[in-house]
Amino acid sequence: MSFLDLKNITKIYPNGTKAVHETSLSIDEGEFMVFVGPSGCGKSTLLRMVAGLEEITEGEITLDGNLINEVDPSERDIAMVFQNYALYPHMNVYNNLAYGLKNRGIDKQAIEQKVNDAAKLLQISDYLQRKPSMLSGGQRQRVAMGRAIVRNPKIFLFDEPLSNLDAKLRIQMRLEIKKLQQKVGVTSIFVTHDQTEAMTLADKLAVINNGVIEQLSTPIEIYNNPKSLFVAGFIGSPQMNFMEGELKNKTLSAEGFEIKNVKSDYNGEVTLGIRPEHLSQSDNGLINLTVDLVEQLGSDNLVYGQLKDKKDFCYRCPGNLTIKKGSKLSLNIDNDNYFIFDKSSGKRVN
Amino acid sequence: MKIKPLQISAHIILILGVLLMVVPIWISFASSTHDTVTILTEGMKFNIGEHLSRNYNEVLNEKGGWSEEVTAAKMFINSFIMALGIATLKVIISAMSAYALVYYRFKLAVPIFWLIFITLLVPLEVRIFPTYKIVSDLGLTNSYTGLILPLVASATATFFFRQFYRTIPDELLESAKLDGANSWRFFVDFLIPLSKTMIAAMFIFMFVYGYSQYLWPLIMTTSEKYWTVVMGMKIIFTESYEGVALPRTAERFAYIILSMIPPVLVVVILQKWFIKGLIQTEK
Repeated sequence: MSFLDLKNITKIYPNGTKAVHETSLSIDEGEFMVFVGPSGCGKSTLLRMVAGLEEITEGEITLDGNLINEVDPSERDIAMVFQNYALYPHMNVYNNLAYGLKNRGIDKQAIEQKVNDAAKLLQISDYLQRKPSMLSGGQRQRVAMGRAIVRNPKIFLFDEPLSNLDAKLRIQMRLEIKKLQQKVGVTSIFVTHDQTEAMTLADKLAVINNGVIEQLSTPIEIYNNPKSLFVAGFIGSPQMNFMEGELKNKTLSAEGFEIKNVKSDYNGEVTLGIRPEHLSQSDNGLINLTVDLVEQLGSDNLVYGQLKDKKDFCYRCPGNLTIKKGSKLSLNIDNDNYFIFDKSSGKRVN
Repeated sequence: MKIKPLQISAHIILILGVLLMVVPIWISFASSTHDTVTILTEGMKFNIGEHLSRNYNEVLNEKGGWSEEVTAAKMFINSFIMALGIATLKVIISAMSAYALVYYRFKLAVPIFWLIFITLLVPLEVRIFPTYKIVSDLGLTNSYTGLILPLVASATATFFFRQFYRTIPDELLESAKLDGANSWRFFVDFLIPLSKTMIAAMFIFMFVYGYSQYLWPLIMTTSEKYWTVVMGMKIIFTESYEGVALPRTAERFAYIILSMIPPVLVVVILQKWFIKGLIQTEK
C-alpha cells in the first residue's frame, strides 16, 4: 500500500457538474506528484478533495494507512500553498508561520525554534516582523511555503502557487520548490496548467483532462510516449504538429507524403503527430515547409510555416542555422519519432 | 501661489458648513454661562458670562425629578451604561450573526438574512407596546437589562458585517482550517482583527443611537434612579413660578453641553479606526 491512495474518486457538484470521474492513483512517500491539465479539468478539485476542502462524492482516500474521507481538514495533517498565497493579512510573518503550531498546542519555545528554522531555510528571517502587505510577490510565496513547511505535515499540496509571479521569478521559485522538496523529503502534490512547470518539477506526472487521468507516468515517459492525442498536444513546447492521414496495411498516407512500414496493424483514419524538435533538414525530405516566421531564441530557432495544404507547422532547429522568411525547407522525421493516433478516439495506435 | 476662484468658493462653502455645525453649540455654551434671567430677558448669548462654574456645579449636583432623587450626574451614568451596553451587544450579536449567515452555508441563510433586514422597517417605536409587555412580564422594568436588551438586535450592523465578511477571500478560511483553526478560532483570530475598523465604526454609531434613545427609557422607567440624560432634559431644572412650570434655561444649556461629552469622547477615542472603517477596507 502506498502513502496516499485515491480509489475510484468521483466528484459531482450540487449543480450536477461532474468534475472528477472515478479517478484512482497512488503516491509513494516522498514522491513529487504533479497534476497537469487545462483549466476546468478537475485537477484542483482532486487536490482540494485530498485537502478536505471539497466533499468526496464517491470513492476513498487513504493517507498513511488511514481512511480520511470524513476527517476534518484541520485533523488531516496536510499543508497547502494557495494560488493567491492566502497569507493572514493581519499577522506578521512570524505569526503566519506560528499560527498552525499554536493551534496544535506546541509550546512557545518549540514554536520559535521551528519558525526560525523554517525561516532560515527559506531565507525569510529578515522579514519575520513584517506584515504580508509589505512583502514582494516572491517573498510572499516563500512565506506561504514556510507556513507549510514549519508544521512538518504528511503532505504538501500546491495549488498553482507560481501563477501570480512574473516569468523570471516563476522559474527561480520553481527551482527552489524542487530543491526544497528534495531537502525536506515531504510527499507533495503540485497542481499546474503549465506543462513546463509540470515537466520540471514532477517525479510523477498525471495529465488530467475532463476529470479523467489521461496518463500517469514519469515526465520523460509521457513526453516520449504519449498515450493519447490530448497528452501529446498538451505536453511539449512548442506544441506537437498534427496532421490528418490514413493508415492502411502499415502505410500511412498524409497530405503530400507517405510513411511506409509503420509499426501498427491499425487501419483507418488517423492523426499523425510530430514534435517540432524531431525534425531535421534533408535534401529529399518528406515534409515541405514554406517559412512564414522565425523566432530566434538564441539556442534554438522556432520556424513557423505552412505545408502544401496551408496547414500551420512548426520546426525547431539549432540556433546557429540561418533561415530566411519565405524560404522553402525540406524536412525529415528523425529516427521514426512520430506518433499515430486513432482520429476518432484519440488513442495512440503505433 | 495663486488662489483660484474655485478654491475660494469651495472654502466659503466649507466654512459655512462648519459654522452651521459649530454656532449652535457655541450659543448653547455661551448661554450656559449666564443666569436664567439674563437669557429670558435678553435672548440667547454669544459672549461668555460670569456664571460658568456656578451653573455647571448646580447641574451636576442638584437633585431633580419629581421626588428629588436623581442628579444629572446619575443620569449621565445611566445613559452611559445604556449606550455602552447597547453598542457592545449590538456589535457582538451582529458580528456573530453575520458570521453565521456568511460562513455556514445552510439553505435558509438568505431568507433569514432578509428577515433580519426587514426588521429595519419595524423600529422600536412601532413595536413599543408589545416590547413593553414582554419586558414588564419578565420583570425587567426599572433595570439596566430592561433598558438595554430590547435594543441589542441590529439589522444595519448585521448587514454591514455581512457585506464585509463576503469580501474576505475563501482561501483565508481554507488556509486557516488546514492550520487547525475551528469555526470559533477563525472568528476570533481572523474575522475580529480583520474587521476592527468596522467594529469601531459600528460601535460609534450604535453608541450614539443608544445614548439618544428617548421613548423607550421614558416608557419603561418609573423609578428616577434609571432616568437617562435625554429624558431628563425635559424634566429637570424646572422652577415653579406662580403655578407655572418655567425652565431654568441657563442650567439647561449647561446640561446640554455636558450631555454631549460622552458621545464626543467615544468618537474622539475611536475616530482613528472609525475613519479608516468608513473609507477603506483593510485586507
